[in-house]
Amino acid sequence: MNAPEAKSGFRHVGTRPVRPDGIDKVTGKAIYSPDFVAPGMLQGAILRSPHPHARIRSIDTSKAEALPGVKAIVTADDFPTLKSLMVTMGESAGNIIHVSRKCMAQGKVLYDGHAVAAVAATSAVIAAEALKLIEVDYEVLPHVIDIDEAMQPDAPLLHEDMVTEGVQPRPDKPSNIPTYVSKTKGDVAEALGRAAAVVEGRYSMPMVHQGYIEPHACVASWNADGQANIWCSTQGAFVVRMLTASVLGISQADIRVTPLEIGGGFGGKTTVYLEPVAMLLSRKSGRPVRLAMTREEVFRASGPAPGVQIDFKIGATADGYLLGADLSMKYNVGAFPGNGVQVGLITALYHYRFESFAMHGWNVVTNMPGIHAYRAPCAPQVNFAVESAIDELAYKLGIDPIELRLKNAVVPGDPGFTGGTLGEIGFVECLEAAKAHPHYSAPLGPNQGRGVAASYWINAGGPSVAAVSLAEDGSVLVTTGSPDIGGSRASMAIMAAETLCIPYEKVRVTIADTSAIGFSMVTGGSRTTYATGKAVIEAAETIISIMKARAAGMWGVDVADVAWGDGEAICLDPAKDNQRLPIGKIAARMNNTGGPISAEASVNPHDYLPAFGVHICDSEVDPETGQTTIVRYTAIQDVGRAIHADYCEGQIQGGAVQGIGWALNEAFIHDKAGRLDNPGFLDYRVPVCSDLPMIDTVMVEKPNPAHPFGVKGVGEVPIVPPLATVANAVSRAAGVRIRDLPLSPDRVYSAIKSKG
Amino acid sequence: MPQPGYHAPETVQQAIALLSKEPGARVLAGGTDLIVQMRSGRIASPLIVDLKRISGMIGIRASGDGFAIGAATPCTALKKDAAFAAAWPGVVEAANLIGSVQVRNRATMAGNLCNASPAADSVPALIAAGATCLIAGPSGERELPVEQLATGPGRTGLATGEFVVELRLPARPKGGGDAYLRLIPRTEMDIAVVGAGAALVIDAAGTCTAARISIGAVAPTALLVADAGAALVGSKFDDAALGRMGEAVRAACSPIDDKRGTISYRTDMAAVIARRAVAIARQRAGEAN
Ligand SMILES: Cc1cc2nc3c(=O)[nH]c(=O)nc-3n(C[C@H](O)[C@H](O)[C@H](O)COP(=O)(O)OP(=O)(O)OC[C@H]3O[C@@H](n4cnc5c(N)ncnc54)[C@H](O)[C@@H]3O)c2cc1C
Repeated sequence: MNAPEAKSGFRHVGTRPVRPDGIDKVTGKAIYSPDFVAPGMLQGAILRSPHPHARIRSIDTSKAEALPGVKAIVTADDFPTLKSLMVTMGESAGNIIHVSRKCMAQGKVLYDGHAVAAVAATSAVIAAEALKLIEVDYEVLPHVIDIDEAMQPDAPLLHEDMVTEGVQPRPDKPSNIPTYVSKTKGDVAEALGRAAAVVEGRYSMPMVHQGYIEPHACVASWNADGQANIWCSTQGAFVVRMLTASVLGISQADIRVTPLEIGGGFGGKTTVYLEPVAMLLSRKSGRPVRLAMTREEVFRASGPAPGVQIDFKIGATADGYLLGADLSMKYNVGAFPGNGVQVGLITALYHYRFESFAMHGWNVVTNMPGIHAYRAPCAPQVNFAVESAIDELAYKLGIDPIELRLKNAVVPGDPGFTGGTLGEIGFVECLEAAKAHPHYSAPLGPNQGRGVAASYWINAGGPSVAAVSLAEDGSVLVTTGSPDIGGSRASMAIMAAETLCIPYEKVRVTIADTSAIGFSMVTGGSRTTYATGKAVIEAAETIISIMKARAAGMWGVDVADVAWGDGEAICLDPAKDNQRLPIGKIAARMNNTGGPISAEASVNPHDYLPAFGVHICDSEVDPETGQTTIVRYTAIQDVGRAIHADYCEGQIQGGAVQGIGWALNEAFIHDKAGRLDNPGFLDYRVPVCSDLPMIDTVMVEKPNPAHPFGVKGVGEVPIVPPLATVANAVSRAAGVRIRDLPLSPDRVYSAIKSKG
Repeated sequence: MPQPGYHAPETVQQAIALLSKEPGARVLAGGTDLIVQMRSGRIASPLIVDLKRISGMIGIRASGDGFAIGAATPCTALKKDAAFAAAWPGVVEAANLIGSVQVRNRATMAGNLCNASPAADSVPALIAAGATCLIAGPSGERELPVEQLATGPGRTGLATGEFVVELRLPARPKGGGDAYLRLIPRTEMDIAVVGAGAALVIDAAGTCTAARISIGAVAPTALLVADAGAALVGSKFDDAALGRMGEAVRAACSPIDDKRGTISYRTDMAAVIARRAVAIARQRAGEAN
């Protein structure tokens, strides 16, 4: 890889140059959040609840305060009382009160690991010792982990004031169900009555975690004059600024957030858990304070993805046209109302032309950490049920599973997911590419089975700011506010170089802090290459206009007689012999021709397009042990147009691998006392390299007409289909349908055994 | 906030003296269990006694017809000793299933044994091979069969001041072969749901003349299942004999239900994995004839 490979019509787009941040990262020089050090910095630590549900009667910090070296202690009492306010964090939304309560429990602890107090001390050892000296008097309450149990009328209530939104009339009693949503089209009962085949089942999967390598960490320094610095690992420095300012009730301009390198986020780093706490510890101690989670804390007290229980009934005609779908979804959103089933509703069925459907959905709160965004948040769960059932239906009808999907696939012009009509989507192209792929017709060995599944993700646009400026030698600086989690520096450099027609290495990209550039939405929603890219291209185009004007002045011609090409201004006036002025020459003279050449673009595009993916998996199941081996895996995806081909493929492979992890082994396991029983990578089993074959990718390119280079978001959709792809393959290999994830060896073994 | 003391003695006697003085002292070999457990707060020790500076603690030497493996010998070194790797491939494979390459460059079989996890990978292989451990202590040396060292999860019969100096394995018998297999949900970096070691001797006619079968992760300690071995002796590994062997293994299981496996799954799998280990050991034994 990394060998430039020119694409027709483009100089850089679609090639594979080395990433500008690569050397620092592979040599260990890059500064990730746990590496950051501020002068005089104290070490913080957080005391966490051992109970999944308890009332805090009192907290006595006096012994800890007396310990030499302890400089500050913070509890809920140090947090301001907040008014209810909904805030958006990019890929999720929530009430600022709940954001605050995820940083520090107030009155009640709602999950094992919930923060109850924090300490800053002169060493990590002293901070840890101080935690042991804090006395918390808990009144332990009954807890609830299971979706069905949490929905019972007599279930332990997490929030005494929470009533279900979306039910008419408004319930007068509180419950653990914050949200009910529904959507119907036509008469499902009637349509299913006409079906030649109906499949019905209950599908489930547990809560899972993003498992980013780098735990959450930050350093905060809050001065007596009210101004503060935060250095942290985040997908969105502006979200950190907004949430921290809102939780603490201070002015956003007083906080400067510097995003450090990020060791993985997958949506999980689009909120705050530590920053407001570190700020308060810093204000109390008058010194910078570091807070860094351990792996165990990450698992117990950050924002996993919801577990679900889904009842699904689906029917089709004898020749495979989908008649109706009846879908009931319950999303376990953890301790706080979250964006769960609302997204499930718009990511469940809209890739097929169902004649009718009825969808009902509930969010359910339980004594687990509150969910947060995880790559195509909330879509993989429902897609697992839908694409498993489609597979069952195909086999029942004796129709090839890709053929059945092709018969029902949505095409451009069909109704959109949230209104309007679908634009230049590439679903049919992906299905055709899957059908034609040699993998799909390769022979299978003994105990092997093949599965396919298809999915979509809405993608996102939204606000971004980018600045482009020239150095005096004509090299180019690009600055954005979008943290680079998947190679976006390289993509921004490619797009700027393409626009300016200059070498890729002449462009360098910086990710600025929140005080150095205007607002950008998070790096999430598969929006960055599309939306921030648009801002970069627009600013680069402004730079070209300025350079053309400068060249016109230098030549004494009308600007209309100047063109831009090949990294230089070209004089179209024949009287001037078609002279040329390269970017370096224009830059060298810029301060004599009108001043620095620099431009900023602020964009807020919404002409993004959804992404579609189709995956194929061959699995082999050991009939004696239930162990699954993924033998071959191919992921096909419409990427619009690949800007950096390696990083598009990398996103597709990474998404597929995470999805395979959900399918095979990943699960939050709680013990009887409601404590997380596997808060580490030993028993929270993400796949290791040797578990996986090479993930083959096929990039289908159906460009987005609304983006100068045709970009569609690529980062999220690849995690959606693997669950059903693997489940379909395993069910085929095992000869028995398994509707619950993960497909751990013992579960597959008992399914094989029960089939007799 | 007491920090544990650290000593790296140069003789066995110095180590015994240090360990005897401080009953909570811990021996450090590779540290891949000990340091993890100390960091997590599971154990706190006032004194760490590192064995690696004591001469003879690292390396494999011939001892009689067999082998003596110093207690601080890392697992990767076992692979590099051609004679040992040829004699006991099952033991070497078991030790080299532990963790990752980085872990195995530190981890030792003696540490695996003394950590006394029921799921320790090298232990069933050592038991099947008939290994013993040489223990040094304030009242001199004693030698114990490996299966008698652990007394429960995380517990050993070592008295204060005692530690394992070396592991001893016999020469590979003529017609002998061994194997170890484990079942884990992933392909590596995991803890055995069940493990099984087998060491067999077969004669020129293919009849089993001796068999030791050991299972791990299905009882409080790794077990030598004498009945399972006995079921094979005299047979040519026909289905009936293998079935009896599997039944003996199942009967010996007393696993717990936990996040890593249910009682019934572990019990069923012990028989499956033991049978597969026997098949490999038999093939190796055949090749040795
Ligand atoms: C990432 C990772 C993966 C792992 N994977 C596996 C695996 O797949 N299978 C497996 O079985 N284990 C695994 N382990 C556990 C561990 O690596 C092994 O048990 C290893 O063999 C321990 O050896 P050590 O030399 O590091 O022991 P140490 O950590 O040095 O010691 C372990 C214990 O035994 C005591 N001890 C050590 N040597 C002696 C001695 N000579 N006499 C008396 N007491 C002694 C110590 O005091 C301590 O209590 C893993 C560990 C890690 C960190």
